[in-house]
Parts: sequence; structure tokens; C-alpha cells
Amino acid sequence: MQINITINNEDRTFKVRPDEFLADTLRKNGYKSIKRGCDKSSCGACTVLLDGKPILSCSFLSVRANGHAVTTLEGEREEAIKLGSLIIKEGGDQCGFCTPSLILTTIALKRENAKPTDEEIKHYTNGNLCRCTGYVPQLKGIKKYLGVE
Amino acid sequence: MFTIRELLQPDSTREAYQLLQTEAGARIIAGGLFLRLSDRLTIDKAIDISGLGLDRIEEMEDHFQIGAMVTLRDMETDKALNSYFSGVLGKSVSGILGVQFRNMASIGAPVAARYGFSDPITALLALDTSVELEDAGTVSLETYLSDRSIKKDLLKYILIKRDNSKAAWQVLRNSETDFALINAAVSRSGNEVKITVGARPKCAELATGAMEALASSEWNDSDLEKAADLAAEELSFGTNRLASAEYRKDMCRVLVLRALKEVRDAD
Repeated sequence: MQINITINNEDRTFKVRPDEFLADTLRKNGYKSIKRGCDKSSCGACTVLLDGKPILSCSFLSVRANGHAVTTLEGEREEAIKLGSLIIKEGGDQCGFCTPSLILTTIALKRENAKPTDEEIKHYTNGNLCRCTGYVPQLKGIKKYLGVE
Repeated sequence: MFTIRELLQPDSTREAYQLLQTEAGARIIAGGLFLRLSDRLTIDKAIDISGLGLDRIEEMEDHFQIGAMVTLRDMETDKALNSYFSGVLGKSVSGILGVQFRNMASIGAPVAARYGFSDPITALLALDTSVELEDAGTVSLETYLSDRSIKKDLLKYILIKRDNSKAAWQVLRNSETDFALINAAVSRSGNEVKITVGARPKCAELATGAMEALASSEWNDSDLEKAADLAAEELSFGTNRLASAEYRKDMCRVLVLRALKEVRDAD
């Protein structure tokens, strides 16, 4: 099946199988910021934005993205460097596997709710699992990025 | 290994329903999140219902109409919907995994499949809720959940009558974002009260004995304690990997009491 997706503001056309998931389509085509962690819609490492909303690309059928806009971390370079640097400064990057998805989720949060409380940040990002740290340095970095320290 | 042999994309709910009846091995795909939960799954014919316009929450004359493909996240954030019933519908879905999951999971799937672990079914059943099916028409949610002769139908809408009832939501989990090991909801309008308990681990049911006892009571603390005891006695509980039947029964009492106090003190 042929699908047309706008990825990071670029129109792309792919041939996909009916049972192909978006994470696989995107990774095959060079969008390597998307990680395959659990592959069971639990860990959040495969997060992309679909029409601005964070979704789990490991569980989203590629055919359903037809006609929609997808944003990966590659399309958010500037914000990614800003937030990524702040998380690094707090010591929140260890293996780094979950950082791209956490950054993308935080960017979506910022656009939905510019000045969230600690509870709102935790509620919005609790679908992003990190197996190295205890989430505290990430939260500090996110708060600095959002200007809500 | 996950395989879809053929993907069918109908243009109307009627067409989707007919495909489900006539195509051998056909299954409806709503949010699609169960697809990753089994190691081996083959679907001969997947009926994609994402293009049928069932993704809106609409305020009708006397009720809300929630399309089967409305996401849990939309239910969580919809301002009009959550300005009613003390925001109980938003509360009931807000603890389900992460925001990414809720942006995909549909409200229609757990209701249509009568998932026992469902949080929102418990909240919906505490309100005046019906479901609109392609073939069977409109039936109350209570009837739908108990009448297993309604099957292989297509759930189109969830209809919730708007009224001024206050409602409360209670849930117990081992950790945030985990499945509920038990959940409860209460709604109250005047002296009329509905008490529902779900994830027992069976699907939500009304605690009718407790509801009747409260209808003619003063709603003082001891009335509420008696009602919570009654609910725990009249409902059945089971054991699974999350919790034992005994624990669920004890926690049912606690959650129902908290929910009852919350709706009483909301006035």
C-alpha cells in the first residue's frame, strides 16, 4: 500500500505492508532517533508526534499515518539541543536511549501547556520510562527548559 | 510475529458491520494497541474503522455523544465533557499508561469488548449511559455489559445523558500506570445514587443493594459505611496475578466509602 506522510515538513511517499508499524517505516527510512524499546506500547522510546500529539510509533499502523504530519526528533533540532543540554547538565543522560522520546514528549507538553506544575510535567511524561536514573535530573532539566523552576 | 493478511477500509459503519458478518476471520481494529500485546497474532482481514468519523465528542440536546474512536486523551481533556459529573470521565482515564498511549487508545474498544480491567467502563456505568450499535440499536450500557447475546456488532457511539449529578472516582493500583486492581465510581443526584465497582477483575457492575439502602437514608457516616459493606458483600470478586479476591473485597469497601463521602461532601 502506498502512503503519503509529511515528515518534519517534508512530503514523503512510502510503500508499506498493511501490518507494518510506523516505527519500522520511519527507522527503515533513516529516522533513527526513534528507538524500539519494549515494542509493546509501554516504554515510550518510540514516541513521535502525529499532527503535534505524541503517540507510540511501535504500535501505530503506518497506513493510518497516511495524509498526516509526523514529527520526529530530527525535525526539532533546535529545541532538542536546548532541552538535551539542560538534561545533560543535570546528569540526566546516562545511556541516552530514552532521551530522544522524552525530549519530543516535553516539546509536545510545552505546546499544550506552557507553564505546567511539577505534577503536570510528571503526568505528561510518565509514559517515558528510563532504566538508568530516578527521573529527578530529567525533571530538573525539563523545568529549566520550561522556565518553571 | 504479527500479520495482517488484508486491510479493509470501509467508508461507512454499515459497510464495516457487513464486512464483519460476511468476511471469515475479520476483526475490527480501533486504537490498535492490543496488536503488540501478543507474541503471535494473525488477522486475516482487519477492518480499519478510523476513517468513519467516529472520533468526535459532541454535545447533543440532552446528552453527550462520544464516538467509538474518540481517544482516552480526548476524554481526559474535553472541557465540556469534564464540566459535568465532577469531571469523573476524565479522572477515570487519566491514570491509564502515558499520554502517548491515551492519544491512541479508543474508548470504543474497551466498552465493545467489555474489558474487565477497564477504568472508564466503571465511570460510564455510574452515569446514565447507553451504547449505540450498528445492528442492535441503542441499549443501556448495563444491558450491553450483561447481555452476551449482543456480539459481532459494531459499537458506534457512547451516549451519556447530561444531568447535574455529582460523581467520584476511586482506583487502586500497585504502581502508577499499572492496571487497576480494583476501581469504583459513584454518582449522586438528590437521593438517587449509583455505585459501580470494576476490575474485580470482572467487568464493572452496579451494587444495587447498596444503592437501594442509600436511597432512603440520611447519608450520615454510618449509613455510608453500611452501604460500602453491602457493596463488598453483594458483588463477586476473583483472584488473578494482581490481587486476591479477599484483598479486592476489602479494598472495595474502602474505595466505595471514599467515593460516597466525596459525592456527599461535594454538595
